[in-house]
Amino acid sequence: MSNDTFHGEAPLHHQTPLQASEEPYADDVLEQLRTDAAAIIARYPQKRSALLPMLHLVQSVDGYVTGRGVHFCAEQLDLTTAEVSGVATFYTQYKRHPNGEYTVGVCTNTLCAIMGGDQIFDEVSEHLGVGHDETTADGKITLERVECNAACDFAPVVMVNWEFFDNQTPDSTKDIVDRLRAGEEVAPTRGPRSVCSFKHVSRVLAGFPDGLADEGVGAGEASVRGTLLAREQGWTAPGDERADTSASPAAQAEEGLAPGRHTSVNAGTNAPDELPKSKEDGQ
Amino acid sequence: MSTVLTPVLTKFWDHPQSWTLETYEANEGYQALRAALQKDPADLVAMAKDSGLRGRGGAGFPTGMKWGFLPPPDGGPRYLVVNADESEPGTCKDIPLLMAAPQFLIEGMAITSFAIGCNHAFVYLRGEVVHVYRRLMRAVEEAYAKGYLGKNILGSGFDLDITVHAGAGAYICGEETALLDSLEGRRGQPRLKPPFPAVAGLYARPTVVNNVESIASIPPIVLHGADWFSGMGTERSQGFGIFSLSGHVARPGQYEAPLGITLRELIDMAGGMRNGHRLKFWTPGGSSTPIFTDAHLDVPLDFESVAKEGSMLGTRALQIFDETTSVVHAVARWTEFYQHESCGKCTPCREGTFWLKQIMNRLENGQGHEGDIEKLDDICDNILGRAFCALGDGATSPVTSAIQYFREEFEQGMTTPWYELFPPERSTLFAKESQPA
Repeated sequence: MSNDTFHGEAPLHHQTPLQASEEPYADDVLEQLRTDAAAIIARYPQKRSALLPMLHLVQSVDGYVTGRGVHFCAEQLDLTTAEVSGVATFYTQYKRHPNGEYTVGVCTNTLCAIMGGDQIFDEVSEHLGVGHDETTADGKITLERVECNAACDFAPVVMVNWEFFDNQTPDSTKDIVDRLRAGEEVAPTRGPRSVCSFKHVSRVLAGFPDGLADEGVGAGEASVRGTLLAREQGWTAPGDERADTSASPAAQAEEGLAPGRHTSVNAGTNAPDELPKSKEDGQ
Repeated sequence: MSTVLTPVLTKFWDHPQSWTLETYEANEGYQALRAALQKDPADLVAMAKDSGLRGRGGAGFPTGMKWGFLPPPDGGPRYLVVNADESEPGTCKDIPLLMAAPQFLIEGMAITSFAIGCNHAFVYLRGEVVHVYRRLMRAVEEAYAKGYLGKNILGSGFDLDITVHAGAGAYICGEETALLDSLEGRRGQPRLKPPFPAVAGLYARPTVVNNVESIASIPPIVLHGADWFSGMGTERSQGFGIFSLSGHVARPGQYEAPLGITLRELIDMAGGMRNGHRLKFWTPGGSSTPIFTDAHLDVPLDFESVAKEGSMLGTRALQIFDETTSVVHAVARWTEFYQHESCGKCTPCREGTFWLKQIMNRLENGQGHEGDIEKLDDICDNILGRAFCALGDGATSPVTSAIQYFREEFEQGMTTPWYELFPPERSTLFAKESQPA
């Protein structure tokens, strides 16, 4: 059920071993990788922290975590290939076999599933003829079930290359995959003007901006419901009677820098040597 | 007297360019940083304590107290790490906040870093939200350009760099020590505590790990005062928070309100349940918090009241399910999630979630065995409090609470599949669309 466009060999099963590609990088590709790796490493006090972004970087070049990519990371970060592979296999965004140009992830965690995600997945799966973590023969679409993607107020949610497609139906998602396969531009509900390729997005995830941050909406319809309701009702936080959020800079300046009713004293809520009693942070 | 919404962090999300520094500055942005840099860092820590702000990431640990746990400076680095790995099922507040108004976080990080003596702060953002990553990187870039980050910020002599780091898909990385391991380039597995991150966190240095919404709440607190913040909410759960309504309500969305608001009030604001349906069960704070039923509509949503009723306020992720929903099916799916996301480090969670999943799967398919319900409770009892981190505890919450309130549905799981009892097409958003055979 996987694609064969990358190697022209037998279809790659989802258990294709990590070291599927050992072919050396071309000189110019390697040079660019080294430059990028140096930029990533420079962001952190210790270079091992660069590993996760570097694996995204490998995917931006190879379309998945290749054997040569693992070697490259190990070499750059003074790690063993076993250490790199151990990390690469822990995280679901790192692909162990060639990924399609677009990952279509249908949320089938409880809330989205019940709101229709299960039906969307089933219908799209049938429509494409591929199951979870499988890729269409044209190499365009890798279908996945994904876990909660923090957009539950827009359920059911579909992620295409990690861009939000909100309030989906089976038909709307089938339309998306058809248009992606036809090479059309497809706009996410909340995201840039059109969905970028898997490799493109992987480069962004490696921490290299692509200049698309200012595209798309600030917030979707569900996100602003509370904001709009409060304005309609004239509800504000205490001391905030300004219903108009577009106050002029001049008015702001007049308000000055008054720190409000700040009257803090060192109340010693906890003694300096007091330790937390329970697990500090949940999920 | 009914509660009203208090938009602070959500106030200008509908602005067409809500995410830019310009919009943020037109809405009091960076006034708090200017004020903070004139203060003694110790006063800022005291202010955070006095405000009563408790962590907005789920556990509700007092934010200022966390800052106060850092040992005295020893000349070496201290770190602030912001947990933006929002992945708890049902939780959807930090991601829209970062997409719509990321500068709240950046300013909050600058103030917090100044307060705790940190010169290099990190945001650990889950990797599955690429446009949010773009917005965060852009926000940091804009803040540097305006002199709010970098060297000698606003002439104060204080230096701060922020690195925004994308994860790669692992729920467990929302656990603060797993997050630190992941940020260090390792598999995201939790660490044994103590030592707590305050003593030995990132790179074994003193570290504060706080949730996005906690840190984003700091600028308004600095600007308007600790009393302003603590004047909202209840006596021990002070301030405001974003309540995320999802599921079978007419208008799901983000509603920013004082802690202590009730679900009845929130559902009313969200236009009621969807047409002609009634509330069956809900989560107060994500799937890791024990479920509630329609008997809990008037429980004040603050840390103490929710705990008193046997659940947790968690992340205020209110997932609402109506009477068309099979609780056994819902819990089975959550259980599959925990099994999938268990990091494998400790036995109770690794094995326990695997067993729970098998039993839940046969119950949802009407193939439960005699004694399965007791076995579920027994396994949960062997996970709860015995797992390495809170993931294992969380996995037991939906199971034990659902058995408590809906035992008869589990009993039906001995004979009848969930989809016969609760035809799934009745629950979907698009219930009118044609159904597959």
